[in-house]
Amino acid sequence: MTEKELQTQQKREVRQNGEPTKPMKQFIPTVDIYEDENSVTLLAEMPGVSKNGVEIKLDDGNLFIEGTMQSDQEMAGKTVLLKEYEVGNYVRKFSVSETIDQENIEAVMANGILKLVLPKIKPAEPKKIEIKAG
Amino acid sequence: MSIIRFMDPPFFRQSWPDLERLRQDMDRMVKRTAAHQAGSQVFPPLNIYEDSDAVFVTAEVAGVVTENIDISVEGETLTISGERKSLPREEKSSYHRREIETGKFSRAVALPTKINLEGVSARLQDGILAISLPKAEEVKPKKIAVNVK
Repeated sequence: MTEKELQTQQKREVRQNGEPTKPMKQFIPTVDIYEDENSVTLLAEMPGVSKNGVEIKLDDGNLFIEGTMQSDQEMAGKTVLLKEYEVGNYVRKFSVSETIDQENIEAVMANGILKLVLPKIKPAEPKKIEIKAG
Repeated sequence: MSIIRFMDPPFFRQSWPDLERLRQDMDRMVKRTAAHQAGSQVFPPLNIYEDSDAVFVTAEVAGVVTENIDISVEGETLTISGERKSLPREEKSSYHRREIETGKFSRAVALPTKINLEGVSARLQDGILAISLPKAEEVKPKKIAVNVK
């Protein structure tokens, strides 16, 4: 086989100082971040999180994303034969250095991937001042 | 160091306990590493549940669309294969972080019982694939009523 097979990445749990008050585990979602001229885009992998379960906060250059997963209630009471992934919430924080246009942040949640587009504030266009011959 | 001829009986008499101890140590080591990385490295990670009527398989497949997933059941083997493609992005952009991997995957799991192939259904929602596989009639537990005379 020439092509590399996709590997499972183990979920990393969030390390906290205190004990969590919620019974669910908290994981760090894997992310892709890329930037172009106009915006910074962030993709976060959060399987099991629906559109309504996402919370995004941006203040003072700190970007905070949280995804709340629906607990797998329908599987309650069934015998577990194999358990390779655990159900939990996703939390991750970033500091954003670019100046972001907070009003126009776009977020799309599809197939368990959150896409966040953070548009940059464009610097004022340099104004050309023509000097007229007096 | 003393030299012992290979076939000398005392050599064996002395080594068996050592070898046994070594084997036990190895077992313990293997068990410890296995417990550490719970689960397999093969994508996607699966959870499998069972009740008296059916087997349920759920998989974390964030970023995979329905068209790129193939599920097949052959005998008592369930195969999930597909491809995770990266989302389209601006060509001029540059990556700061790249943690989400893309590529093809294929995984086969042995099911615990015979399956009623007609009744298999699958659903993909929010990056979780849920497959429900009803058990074949002959393997379902039967309740036997006890008559009191």
